[in-house]
Formats: sequence, C-alpha cells, structure tokens
Amino acid sequence: MKLVEVKNVKKYFPVQKGFIDQILSRKQTYVRAVDDVSFYVKKGEVLGLAGESGSGKTTMGRLCVRLIAPTEGQILFDGKDIAPLKGEELRLMKRRFQFTFQDPTSSLNPRLSIGEAVGDALKLQGIGDKDEQAFRSREVLERVGLSPAESFYDRLPHQLSGGQKQRVVFGRAIILNPEFVVTDEPVAMVDVSIKAQILELMMDLKKELDLTYLFISHDLATSRYVCDHIAIMYLGRIIEIADRDQIYEDPLHPYSQGLMSAIPIPDPKAQKAAAIPQGEIPSPIDPPSGCRFHPRCPKAFDRCPKEDPELKNAGNGRVVACHLY
Amino acid sequence: MTDLLRIENLVVEYATRRGTARALDKASIILEENKTLGLAGESGCGKSTLGRAIMRLVPYPGKIIEGEIFLNLDQPVSVKTEDIPMGEVNLMNLDEDQMRALRGRMIAYIFQDPMTSLNPMLTIGDHFIQIMQAHDPEIEDEAALDRAKEILDGLGILPERVTDYPHQFSGGMRQRVMIGLGLALRPRLLISDEPTTSLDVIVEAQILEQMAELKDKFNLTMILITHNLGVLAQTADDIAIIYAGRIMEHASTDALFGNPQHPYTKALLEAVPDVSKPEKKLTWIPGAPPDLMDFIPGCMYNPRCPHAMDICRTTVPTLIKSKSGGKVACWLYEEE
Repeated sequence: MKLVEVKNVKKYFPVQKGFIDQILSRKQTYVRAVDDVSFYVKKGEVLGLAGESGSGKTTMGRLCVRLIAPTEGQILFDGKDIAPLKGEELRLMKRRFQFTFQDPTSSLNPRLSIGEAVGDALKLQGIGDKDEQAFRSREVLERVGLSPAESFYDRLPHQLSGGQKQRVVFGRAIILNPEFVVTDEPVAMVDVSIKAQILELMMDLKKELDLTYLFISHDLATSRYVCDHIAIMYLGRIIEIADRDQIYEDPLHPYSQGLMSAIPIPDPKAQKAAAIPQGEIPSPIDPPSGCRFHPRCPKAFDRCPKEDPELKNAGNGRVVACHLY
Repeated sequence: MTDLLRIENLVVEYATRRGTARALDKASIILEENKTLGLAGESGCGKSTLGRAIMRLVPYPGKIIEGEIFLNLDQPVSVKTEDIPMGEVNLMNLDEDQMRALRGRMIAYIFQDPMTSLNPMLTIGDHFIQIMQAHDPEIEDEAALDRAKEILDGLGILPERVTDYPHQFSGGMRQRVMIGLGLALRPRLLISDEPTTSLDVIVEAQILEQMAELKDKFNLTMILITHNLGVLAQTADDIAIIYAGRIMEHASTDALFGNPQHPYTKALLEAVPDVSKPEKKLTWIPGAPPDLMDFIPGCMYNPRCPHAMDICRTTVPTLIKSKSGGKVACWLYEEE
C-alpha cells in the first residue's frame, strides 16, 4: 500500500529582487528547488533520498509533511491530497506525520527541559491534560532509551551528549504516534562511535510503532544500512529510484555512478574512485537545458542538451531518467 | 627517509571557568618527509589542537604546558631578530618573530571552515598578495598574482577568477582557494584541518585527488586532520588515533586497518559504515567520550573498554611498539 505518494510536485522559491531590478521591472526569477518530482513510499518501508547539497532533498522532505506548501502538484497521504489543506484541517492531519531536523542542538529549545520538549507536541495538539502529557512524555523518554526517565525529564539540552539529544528529537517525533516520519540527516552530526546506536534506535522504533520513513541523507554509506529503496536527486529532480542493493551494485544513471564511485571506502586496499564527475552542481535558478546533468556527464550525446529525459521504467522495478535507457 | 617532524610529550591545557581541560596529554608523533599523516578521532579528542600546537597557534585560553616540537629545516631561515639555523630545531625554543617566519613558509595550516576563513571584502588575488607580502615585502603585486594564478590553475580554478570575491565561489571552490593560500609560500609541511568535511562526496573526491597531485608537485609533507576514516584509508600513509587527548595508536594505514591493535581503534573501525560491505554489522561504543575536565585515572578509554583490567583504571599506559609494526598505548600488550 502506498502510504505517501508525491505526484508532479514543484516548489519554486522567489528570488529577492534588487532595487534596480524592481525599477526596471525585470522578470521575477525563481529557485527551482523541487521541479516536477514524483515518487511514493509504501507503508512500512524506508525510502532513502540522496543527493548533493542543493539538490532539493530537504525541500522535498519538508513538502511531504506539509511544513511548506508546494507550488504545484499533489501530495497524497493515505490517499488524501494534503497539498491544498489549510488551518485546522492541516493541523489535525499533522498528527499522522512528523519531521526530525538535521541538527539536534539547534532544533531543541535551550530553555525547555527535555520532558517538556517531548511533551510539547501533545500540548500543541491539545491532547490530554498536564498530568497525562507528562506521563506520556516519560513513557516516550524510556522508549527512546533515555532511562530512567525521571533523571532525564528535567534536564536541559546542554546537559546531554549529541547522541542523547538525537534521541530526544526522535522522542518528540513519535509522541503523537505518527505513521510517517521524515528524518533529515539524523546521523550527520553525531560521532561515528555512536552512529550505529542512533540508526538502531530508528529501526527499533520503526518495528515497534509500525513506522514508515523518508530518510534524507547525503551519506550514501550509511543509507545502505537502513533503506529499502533509494531515490537519487539532482538539481530538483529525481534521476533514479531503485532497490538498495541494485543502486549500489549497478547504478544506471551516470550521475548515480559518479556518486557511488566517490564514496570513500574505509579500506586502504579498496580501489580508488575511477571516474569522478567534473565540476560542481549548477545553480537551481537557471538549470541547464535538457537533462540537467548533461554539462557534467561523461556519456552525454547530442540528444541530452535538447530533450529533458523523463523517469522511465528500466525493468526490475527501477526507474531512471536518462536517454541512455 | 628523515623525520620532518617529531613531537614529544606535548601537553596542552585550556584554562576555563569550569576548570582546566587537558586537551592533549603527552602526545608524541613522528612524521617522515613526503608522507601523509592522518590524525583521526571523534569531536573534542584534541586532533585540531594538536595541529594548531605545531604552528604554536593554540587558541586562547589554551596553552602549551610542556613538550617538544622538533622540525627539520633543510635551509636556514633568516629572521630580523635571530636567524634559525639549518637542521633540527625545537619550535618551543623559538621566539614569536622566528615562529612568524616559519608559519606559511615552512608550515602552512588550512583552517577548518572555508566559508568563514576568507575575508569577504578582499578578492581572491588580494588574499594571495597579502600572504606573500607579509613574508616578503619586496614582492610585487603582479608577481604575487602570477603565483596565485599558477596555483589556482593546478586546483582547477580558472586563473582569471583571481579578481572575484569569495561570495562568488561555491563551498568547494573556497576550499580550493584555502588550499591554494596554504601553498602560496611553498611550505614543506601542510596541515589541513577537516579539508573536505563540509563538502559533498563528489567534490570531496575531486579535492582529495588534487591534493594528492599537489603533494607530489610541491614535494609536500602533509598532516590531514579528519574524523572520516574512509578518507584516511584512501589518502594517508600513517595514522594516529587520538582519544581524549592521548595518542592511542600510531601505525601505518595498512597496519591500522588490517591489524588494529588498540580496543578503541578496533571499535572505531567496527562502527564505520562501509558501502562496499552491506553485510557488515555496524556496532557502537557504549557510553560517550569523557569530559576532559573530569580526570579519569589510568587509561582514558577504560570506562568504555570491554577489556579493561585493574591496571587500566590506575596507571596510564605508554606508547609501546606493537605487533603490527606501529605503536600502541594499551595494557593488553607488552613491550617486546
């Protein structure tokens, strides 16, 4: 069953015009952060969203939980389009999906105790009275491994280690019993010695609470351990979606191939990256014509700058947007 | 091969309001000429402090308490106060003028964050002119710019972009500029602090490749400070693993990955995700790195170590020769 389905979603952010541009009434320009993206996440699965910074993966994640509204397109949650929702209807809907932000330190209020931070969502949604909220908050603290909850409840964020803060962030996300959680770079800020601990917590919560995840990460080495499928984004577009093992062992899109070969492997005997794409990701204000990757693509041919490739079925349940297939 | 750099029993402390934190505790490393040494460890372990101590630029309120830093000079360096003779000098005995003469020319340091390390009011070319004229007031602007263009070209930046300002550059290009500035005076030792940490994998791979090329071209010796063991596996010759201010293991890259000795090194390698090994079961180290204000008697790692014995809780282990050919500081091993 498709829990979340995104159909032809676009998100354009207007670029602030300078004074001279205003006088000359030049045309408004836009950052095309997400440009015509479609995918779905099945219930109980983990979809990894990968790509370089500026590829639009965080914007896509924020759209999925309606932290921002799309410029165009549909976002179906459990069959219902949540893109046009507003006000009270949206607020109630938001109980069913949550978002965890990248940096646990800056996403926790330094003056709010851990217990209050976790219970805050209940307060905002008007669920239960004060005692009930505190009780639920303690329960959740235990569940995310901050036990005994009594000793953590009144602590402030600065009294916790990075890993513990990340646990608080997950606690805050699950207290409303959501069905779908978007997690933005959950392990980017934690030390390698406790990375696996956070990933295991994520997967335990998924099992216990029957969660579905959208796992946003630029760290492809980590994604391999948690995702069922992986979608690769480039400049506001999804260019390939495949099974986890397929995409690592046999990436189809030249960009995916470049990404995979650039991942540093912690083994001095491993072969060094063969073909790293040249240059850097261009500006999303004025993306290249045709296939957006063509200026950097080693396999580009005459069709690539002219025609925009669509996401096509390439067999075995994988889709790719490239004229080679 | 001669040793370019030898650090012995370096102690650095930060005196803060909460108390004194010992950021480095009797750290000793050796670096051969033309080699790349990786300093690895978790955040707060003292790897950046070690890098900056070599320049004698430990930020306030840090202070080098004791220890020796020997640098092997291949030529005498003229200073207005007192010239530094050729051969091995102890940097701890030099005065500030002499250190200034060495910084940039002998040892260059690339700071961690390229976004904040460049002056937004100066063009890229001006940065080069400033650095070169600070060391040699005679040098003409044009000559400095020519050098800048040559170096930037080697890093894949178009030479005509020396007239651009930092905000016109992407993160990866700013990092390249930082590397270029480090190389402007043709130093022998280049210390780079997390040079690719804020960058994407593709740009990271590009920059590491260019750094390797430059290392050959300029005959550099390098110290690479990073928490990313994957990067070190591909670039370093030797690696020193630091934990809570102490060197836990110091070995060649092959030995460290192939035959890790210290329980901390082993645990760290078990925790690193490896995209080529999906079957690997990632593990973690229980607990958290210690607070440097709270002194732990014995080995700093003992509260997290599965092999901790009585002696580990009382006596600090010293770095001894290990079976893998490197050095290790752990009571599980005896000096042979």
